[in-house]
Amino acid sequence: MFVTYLLRELRRRMRQSIFIAAGLAVGVGLVITVTAASDGVSATQGTVLHSLYGVGTDVTVTQPPTAGSGGGTRFNVGGAPPGQQKAGTSFSRDILAGGGMGTIKSSSVTTVAGLKNVSGAAGALALNDVKLSGTVSAGTGQPGAQGGPGGGSVSSSSFTVTGVDPSQGALGPLSSATITSGHGLTAAESNASDAVVSSDYATAQNLKVGSAITVAGKTFSVAGIASAAQGASSADAYIPLARAQALADLPGEVNTIYVSAASASDISTVSAEISRALPAATVTTSSDLASEVTGSLASASSLANSLGRWLAVAVLIAAFGLASILTMSAVSRRVREFGTLKAMGWRSRRIIRQVMGEALVIGVVGGAAGVGIGYGAAALVSALAPPLTATTASGSGAAAGGAGGPGGAGGPGGRFAHASTAAHTVSVHLAVPVTLGAVALAVVLAIAGGLIAGSLGGWRASRLRPAAALARVE
Amino acid sequence: MYRLTDVTKDYPKGRGVVQALRGVNLVIATGDWLAIQGPTGHGKSTLLQILGALDRPTSGTVELDGRDLAGLREGQLTGVRAISIGFIFQTFNLIPTLSAQENVEAALVPLRVAAAQRKERARQALAEVGLGERAQHLPSELSGGQQQRVAIARALVKRPAVLLADEPTGNLDEGTRDEIMTLLEYLWREHSLTLVTVTHDSAVARRAQRTAIMRNGRLTIADSAPRQARA
Repeated sequence: MFVTYLLRELRRRMRQSIFIAAGLAVGVGLVITVTAASDGVSATQGTVLHSLYGVGTDVTVTQPPTAGSGGGTRFNVGGAPPGQQKAGTSFSRDILAGGGMGTIKSSSVTTVAGLKNVSGAAGALALNDVKLSGTVSAGTGQPGAQGGPGGGSVSSSSFTVTGVDPSQGALGPLSSATITSGHGLTAAESNASDAVVSSDYATAQNLKVGSAITVAGKTFSVAGIASAAQGASSADAYIPLARAQALADLPGEVNTIYVSAASASDISTVSAEISRALPAATVTTSSDLASEVTGSLASASSLANSLGRWLAVAVLIAAFGLASILTMSAVSRRVREFGTLKAMGWRSRRIIRQVMGEALVIGVVGGAAGVGIGYGAAALVSALAPPLTATTASGSGAAAGGAGGPGGAGGPGGRFAHASTAAHTVSVHLAVPVTLGAVALAVVLAIAGGLIAGSLGGWRASRLRPAAALARVE
Repeated sequence: MYRLTDVTKDYPKGRGVVQALRGVNLVIATGDWLAIQGPTGHGKSTLLQILGALDRPTSGTVELDGRDLAGLREGQLTGVRAISIGFIFQTFNLIPTLSAQENVEAALVPLRVAAAQRKERARQALAEVGLGERAQHLPSELSGGQQQRVAIARALVKRPAVLLADEPTGNLDEGTRDEIMTLLEYLWREHSLTLVTVTHDSAVARRAQRTAIMRNGRLTIADSAPRQARA
């Protein structure tokens, strides 16, 4: 009787029932879509940040450069004072220089690793390898102290090299990359002449596993080729940290410490502890970095998290309100019917159950339709959303000092600055995944909507005095 | 048996009070048929609602088989209605979405009668009022007289001791009125019912054993001598 009565009543109020269910469906669908979009944006943002940081890294520690430390590197040619070489003298130099970032003692890595709630810490040294070669021609040019062009014929090239700690493979700049060929640097290779090169650099330089590259005049064998994660800024080559320190004449120095916290909730505590332990250092967390991500990804994130959520809440409230009002209105039109049932001995709770059952069915149908709408809308957003761009500052060092060119007749005397700070823009595709959690939320919301509407309607029905209900003229 | 003693019923109206019943004293023996007549708004329906445990008196006692309905809780009154009292209304009050059969079954729902038994009893009740062939029809597919027959079947399917009819022929033409009253009379005899009918229609009232007049909330027994002996 309960089911028969319920279904017949819903059929009688078909248009109204569909209207209420459609309202709930739109609200629920919007919640699913917004939740999925928000999750998708967060995941994409996380990917970009992880790429930038390295997988597993929660905090990075860098040292701002001291005044003048970002200056270029002086090249001496042929042992003679700059500008005094003979015409026709050939020269070739290959040096490894700091990337314009301040350095931190390696002992600080140990200090950080020992802090409470820190699960791991790894140091890295980001450097630039600069190759300069040419012939000194006749001329009177003095080496440009600040980069004045000289008269020599000079060619130069450079690539970025990062020294990584092979014993900390899960942490550090290489952790977010995928080794597509060969193998990564292993703990046993802390002093070896193996290198990992980025896939872009390998393609540009036609390098394969087993090829040789020269870093600061020393030959390294390409042990592996790494493909950087989407949005990541990778170095061209990675060599063992100890070798990088030795070749750059920076023994016991690193310029970035990658730190992982014991848990996500510990990140802010860890950040504060590092700041206390290394007061001069710049401590950056993933949330700090997230705020530095600009571009349409950041706009989408802001849109999904603020406007989207509020819009979904507003539509849901409107749908709940509509469902409640229409259910109350339906109860008002059935006052005599309920009065008759009470006269026949139906208890109030049986009538409430009937009204709530009807509202619940509408809610469940609305929820099911809403899940369909949510899936459809999420698929549509995935298919039609234009690529999002994320702009991040890749690296935190700043190089001071002027840029220069090769010097005059005496050879190159200029200074080269190799700042590693650069705006890094990546284009990312927004995936909008509908999770089971979102579907469960939608079902709960739909049922809640039905129950709220049914409760109000049932409450009204239960308050009817049978005599008054039967006296109602319809 | 009903025994009403000094029953009053007041309704608040604006700042004042309307006295719908004023000191009603009445005894209705088991198996009696009482017709209550009177002008509209003089308390007939109020008295019927109090007899039917749909409302409580402001003062006085309403005993049904020795139990004072005025002192019962709402749940207990619901139980009395479910078991002992059947109602027939002027506007039939059938559930529009349920078939004739389902409308009759609805009266057995509070008694927790098993579904199969419920169906069988409803079928028998409809057959008794001459609507066995129309069991699956919706109220909208039935004539006024047929709808009132369904309502009578619904009132009697639970085998109540009391049947209360509020203007049972008020919405029917003369021919149908007579058919319905003949049916009611037959059922009253057949089921040994205590029947109370509120009506404007003297032709209907004349069929009852006794007639009472309700005027300004006061009840006067117009004819205390039974006009018809139970067969």
